[in-house]
Amino acid sequence: MPTAQALLQWRAFSIADQEPSERRRARVIDGPVVIEVRDLDKTFRIPEHRADTVRERVVRPLSRGEYRELRALRGISFDVRRGEFFGIVGRNGSGKSTLLKVMASIYRADGGRVRIAGRLAPFIELGVGFNPEFTARQNVLLNGVMMGLSRREAALRLDRVVDFAGLSEFVDLKLKNYSSGMMVRLAFAVMVEADADIMLVDEVIAVGDASFAQKCMDVFREKRRVGKTLVLVTHDMGAVQNFCDRAMLIHDGEMRYLGDPEEAALRYFRLNFGGGGNGRSGVGAVPDVNVSLVDVWLENGLGERVENVEQGEPIGFNLIVEAQRELRGAIFAFQCLNVDGIPIFGFGKGMTEDDEIDRIAAGQRVRIAAKIENPLVPGRYGLKCSIARNNTLGDTVMHDVQLMDFLVRGKDPNPGMVAVQEDLRAIVES
Amino acid sequence: MSTQQLTEVELREVRGPTALGGGWKRFVDLVYLMSVTEFKRTYFGTALGYLWSICRPLLLFAVLLEVFTHIFRLGSTVPHYPVLLLFNIILFGFFQGGTGASVSSIVAQEGIVRKTQFPRLAIPLAVIMTGLFDLALNLIVVFGFILGFGISPLWTWLLLPVLIALLFVFTLGVSMILSSLYPRFRDIGIIWTVVATALFYATPVLYPLEKVSGRLRDVIAINPITPILGAARKWIIDPHAPGPGSAAAGGPMRLAIAMVIYVVICVLGVWIFNREAPRIAEEL
Repeated sequence: MPTAQALLQWRAFSIADQEPSERRRARVIDGPVVIEVRDLDKTFRIPEHRADTVRERVVRPLSRGEYRELRALRGISFDVRRGEFFGIVGRNGSGKSTLLKVMASIYRADGGRVRIAGRLAPFIELGVGFNPEFTARQNVLLNGVMMGLSRREAALRLDRVVDFAGLSEFVDLKLKNYSSGMMVRLAFAVMVEADADIMLVDEVIAVGDASFAQKCMDVFREKRRVGKTLVLVTHDMGAVQNFCDRAMLIHDGEMRYLGDPEEAALRYFRLNFGGGGNGRSGVGAVPDVNVSLVDVWLENGLGERVENVEQGEPIGFNLIVEAQRELRGAIFAFQCLNVDGIPIFGFGKGMTEDDEIDRIAAGQRVRIAAKIENPLVPGRYGLKCSIARNNTLGDTVMHDVQLMDFLVRGKDPNPGMVAVQEDLRAIVES
Repeated sequence: MSTQQLTEVELREVRGPTALGGGWKRFVDLVYLMSVTEFKRTYFGTALGYLWSICRPLLLFAVLLEVFTHIFRLGSTVPHYPVLLLFNIILFGFFQGGTGASVSSIVAQEGIVRKTQFPRLAIPLAVIMTGLFDLALNLIVVFGFILGFGISPLWTWLLLPVLIALLFVFTLGVSMILSSLYPRFRDIGIIWTVVATALFYATPVLYPLEKVSGRLRDVIAINPITPILGAARKWIIDPHAPGPGSAAAGGPMRLAIAMVIYVVICVLGVWIFNREAPRIAEEL
């Protein structure tokens, strides 16, 4: 089985920075520790049968033992230094968001300790904590005061926030009337304009439209340059490799790896695809892998297996998957992203559409082959894939996994993101 | 390079959310901003605006006055009954409104509680502060009525803030218990509407305590709100009325029990809220 090797032919997106990475690394390593986490434990008590009402307590007063303990964090220790961009990766339910919430002082730890130097700005579950009944103005002011600003400072910050979010006209609109995109933009703006020393960010990449996503990237780059600290929890390995100096892999509440972001991403993929779903004793976690990836490769216009392609040359994406359990009505969706993580194009197909394959039995392997014409300008790109079932896009069995990255080689980079077929002529008007 | 690297960094321990932590100034700012925002929101978009704050108790007052002077004839045997009734309704309304609104207040602010670190007590406290603004507006109307009924000002009027403070603290104590337990026991919402209604009748709002006799009076006299309303009546409206602790109001022993209950509930409120605060975000 050529699995891991071919699949994990990963190469980093180059860190698009002015500062040479070696110098940056040296600077960060010499910096003082600003986040210190030691032997952190956190256990949730999940009621087997949630006794939400007093009646259930009264009827069965002695049966208070019907709890299941979910150990979300077990003895996590690490340091983050000033100016460092630190990634935390792991599957759904691995404990990474819990860890972030303990650091943000939203959950109380059961054991161990967290120490932090400087002001924190958390960005959790795509938000900063808004009340939908209040207007944007009221929410931004309240949030400012919660973050420790005085009322006057919070009022001064308001304009910068709505400016950044591009929502000046809607500042007196109640948030319940906002679109989800507007809400996320406002939340992100609040976090950015908090000008905190440390940002704790949970899944932020790819919010809003392409131009706002670009703006977010610019902000992160700027924050990185001026030496702010960022802890980023994400599924997006592209972002980890693109931005992070170090990364931590967390699995079932335990730290499995700490160090090089590329190695962390590699191990994350191994966890996701390698073992095919074993080692998931933690009940209550959402199973996000019902499919394992056997092989993935790129073909050039001649159908040869290649690492990179030439500009304008058609690309073939190939993917062999093995179903861990029966998969009906599979939909495969692909997304091609540029070096900043911005989607360039996407394509996908339901497998039942042309009566190709209605059902993939457990253990069966299927090869997915896609041929596309290549509009990409020279540069580095990534390919992501999601798989859904039952002909329902929302019923995801594999979520946004980065399959590969590749180079489009070429000589004359045109401005823009794609190259188009043009017919440009000069015609003399009489 | 930057001076940043030269500055000392001091690591502070992160201990999770608490009821009060994070500095007094921030706490005061936060409660103020939350309560003003909520107060504005309540009346935003209504045709009468803040007038509703006054209209609601006045409408209730008009109905009850009609019932108790013309149907039950109680009113005609008590000096200054209409003014007393209005005053009682407004004071008890502050307690009932404040506790009722605070029960689900923390759950209603779920989005904020689950994503932001701030002193949790700010939420129920802001709800009661909002009620206090309502109360202040209402008291202006009450004193209009008092003067209109020909009651001349008394020096004991200066003690009004003491009464309001006593009522405020008790309301907060009860609210702390209700709001912090509600995320775990959702029945509390329903139970409290029943209990609050029962309390309305078990507190001398519609009647003065001396009109009740026997066992019933002994029970009503140990209600912690009873002496507050009793003192309000004696100090503000009728100096000749029997005050708290007098024989007609159940005697000093009953007053002492009421005070003990008052203190126990307030202490219990602080204790329960402190215990629940760090984990409220997990229960939502």
